[in-house]
Amino acid sequence: MVKMIKKGFFSKGLKLPENKISAFMPIRKLPVPGKVLILLQQHFGESCTSIVKKGDKVKTGQIIADSDKLFSAPLHSTISGTVTNITKTLNPFANNIVNAVEISGDGDDSWVELESTAMEEISVNLNKIYSGKPDDDPKAVKDNLQDSQSLWNKLIKVIDETSKEEIIKKIRNAGVVGLGGATFPTHVKLATKKDIDTLIINGCECEPFITSDHRIMLEYGWQVLAGAYIIFKVLSPKTAYIAIEDNKEDAIKLFEKLIMEAGLEEKFGIFSLKSRYPMGAEKTLIKNILGKKVPVGGLPMDIGVVVNNVGTAKAVYDSVSAGKPLIEKLVTVTGDIEKSGNFLVRIETPISDLTACCGKFNIGKMKVIIGGPMMGNVVTDLNFPVTKAINCVLLKQTKGMQENNCIRCGRCVNICPMNLMPLMYAAYAKNGKYEVLREYYISSCIECGSCAYVCPSAIPIVAYIKTAKSVLTGYEK
Amino acid sequence: MKNKETENNGFDNINNNSANNSFKNNVVENNVENKSVNKSNKNRSNNEEELLISHPPHIWNGFSTSKLMYIFLASLIFPVASAIYFFGLRAFWVIIASTATAPLIEFIIKKARKKKFIMDGSALITGLLLALTLPPRIPIWMVVVGSAFSIAIAKEAFGGIGYNIFNPALAGRAFLAICFPVEMTRWYLPQNFGTDAVTSATPLSDSFVYEGSKIALYKNMFFGNIGGSIGETSALLIAAAFIFLIILRIIDWKVPLIFIATIAIFSLIWGEDVLFQVLAGGLMFGAVFMATDYVTTPVTNLGRAIFAVGCGLITFVIRKFGAMPEGVCFSILIMNGFTPLIDRYVKPKPFGFVREKIKVKTKS
Repeated sequence: MVKMIKKGFFSKGLKLPENKISAFMPIRKLPVPGKVLILLQQHFGESCTSIVKKGDKVKTGQIIADSDKLFSAPLHSTISGTVTNITKTLNPFANNIVNAVEISGDGDDSWVELESTAMEEISVNLNKIYSGKPDDDPKAVKDNLQDSQSLWNKLIKVIDETSKEEIIKKIRNAGVVGLGGATFPTHVKLATKKDIDTLIINGCECEPFITSDHRIMLEYGWQVLAGAYIIFKVLSPKTAYIAIEDNKEDAIKLFEKLIMEAGLEEKFGIFSLKSRYPMGAEKTLIKNILGKKVPVGGLPMDIGVVVNNVGTAKAVYDSVSAGKPLIEKLVTVTGDIEKSGNFLVRIETPISDLTACCGKFNIGKMKVIIGGPMMGNVVTDLNFPVTKAINCVLLKQTKGMQENNCIRCGRCVNICPMNLMPLMYAAYAKNGKYEVLREYYISSCIECGSCAYVCPSAIPIVAYIKTAKSVLTGYEK
Repeated sequence: MKNKETENNGFDNINNNSANNSFKNNVVENNVENKSVNKSNKNRSNNEEELLISHPPHIWNGFSTSKLMYIFLASLIFPVASAIYFFGLRAFWVIIASTATAPLIEFIIKKARKKKFIMDGSALITGLLLALTLPPRIPIWMVVVGSAFSIAIAKEAFGGIGYNIFNPALAGRAFLAICFPVEMTRWYLPQNFGTDAVTSATPLSDSFVYEGSKIALYKNMFFGNIGGSIGETSALLIAAAFIFLIILRIIDWKVPLIFIATIAIFSLIWGEDVLFQVLAGGLMFGAVFMATDYVTTPVTNLGRAIFAVGCGLITFVIRKFGAMPEGVCFSILIMNGFTPLIDRYVKPKPFGFVREKIKVKTKS
């Protein structure tokens, strides 16, 4: 039996209206865009420098930019065509100017030759089994089960035979970064020299509206598990858990079945967590699963834990099994629009291409939010591209809110998952006394937005915190 | 695709406000969601209309300050009911005078300061709380003076809602107690309509003599049939209001309970009548409605506990050794003064706090 642990105690969580409108919309593939502008920094760490010149012909999946620094991941062309320009542009998500490569597509979408591995054939067969419709004939079901078990055995054997260094090299070359939003280069995470005793595959999608991780788990479940096993193999922890919130019953059931079929009951368990915000945040997730706290300023590795998003696990599997680079991303488009949905798009597709598939919507008085409603930033231009960090485009009509005086009700203090005093940040930042905020541990803030959500005076606390943080980092420099 | 204009059209208002001066404006503007001027996008097919910008989070639970205040106001129906039931029409006029004066004065002062007047119910609460702490036969003009003091001096002079250091209602009461000591300590037994009022001492004063069994005394104190301020006498109805506020999560349950428990424990140590000390005077009323005021009490759990213990301790000391029979009002006011200090030094430890790390930081 698969270890099923139900745990739900999360004292400081918010219960948000879920609004997962697109949860039952199957993934749709969008056509390849005609022209892309590839930002040369889409990950946490050093930005890449382009290795192509103007006028070069590139193919889909070809590396166009790289860096020799450790904290970096290469970038690939997401379409085939010609490099038309190498320029500088505003990175809307980190608010800085970055280099960018403009590629004009030739419409062929011809790929570079991918490395073929022993895993490929198994993948094709496994895909056949899992993507097929469920059979009513019990004999066929039994056959399928046996097939899948033998295929899993083969796959696990192949993974076991692949060396750790080779896997990490493949992951790096594919440009895999953490797809939960932090975009921490995965190869750096996996190359840790610290003793890891727990691996957590994070399937908690605690923000309202977003359903991309949910769809990944449902439609690419076996790839996620295989990717998780690859990560497990590299890190060799004692146990691994797949953490899923209890509002995704179907995903929990699917993974229970998959783990049984793959014969990984010994290694993998499932954690069914209560759906509270911010459950999916790394630190709160570890606290809820293991009861351990990540030290201030530290990484989960410091306490022997590695957390990876389900999307990352799938990308890891794709890169190791077929050498396929990370050039596609699943994005949820939802909110105040006619049809919401989950789309598999090439990275650097403009957001307007996505919204065009969602029926009519009234752009006036509309906010276009990249990410969820709690932490997402707005963009001012629908032509901004999808990057590795994006998992949701939320269109939301909103009313203006009036900021009132803080009445010190203490709701923000009670709700803060990081045990901070957010009202002090707003109070001191308003007066420009940013230095004092260090005494209130401002660097521990994860900007989850819970404080501003519950604030009866509608104070934009997160805005004050972000400003204070950027001013304080400015002081340090 | 993205040019300089896109960069300047307000997008960098979101995170990158390094300049202090521009920051204030930006935050305020963004909060009201100013329209970003996308001149550069005008020609494009998708951006014929303008998009809005604002800070995350983009959703709000909609529980506003005024909602909070009106729920609190609703809970005060319980003590108001006991006031009118026990002290009759007279109490009704005290309540009306005080509750009407408070928002009026706030409106006038906001106009004089050229600030926007927001009817969020907080002035009504102040006026009503003040009325409920007054003796039943106080002249109405004194009520008006007290209510005006509460709003004008104790609240607006400090900067309005959220900035006052002392609980305005209690400050108004203290002001009246100092200016009109005779009127403020002339207590009456609860009267039914029509009969003449009989003066009486409050249970806490030395001259208080109760003719009857102790059980009957407790019973009267519990239901409210005893001399005292108009709203504070009925422990039963105050407890009902307390439960109402707890269920709706308006106040913190810890503060009133710790406050009352502190009094009980010290009474026990000093060999006083514990039940009498808990039920007598304004303790229940002060603990539930005054010591839980948001603005003038600490925000952290530990801070609130310290505040409540301090209130209990000072109340007990005033009752036992002070010149006044009752000390709830002054104990809460004194602890209000300590609130900024408590908030400054009693901070919760952040998630994953490591002591060594901080030490290293302070050395460098």
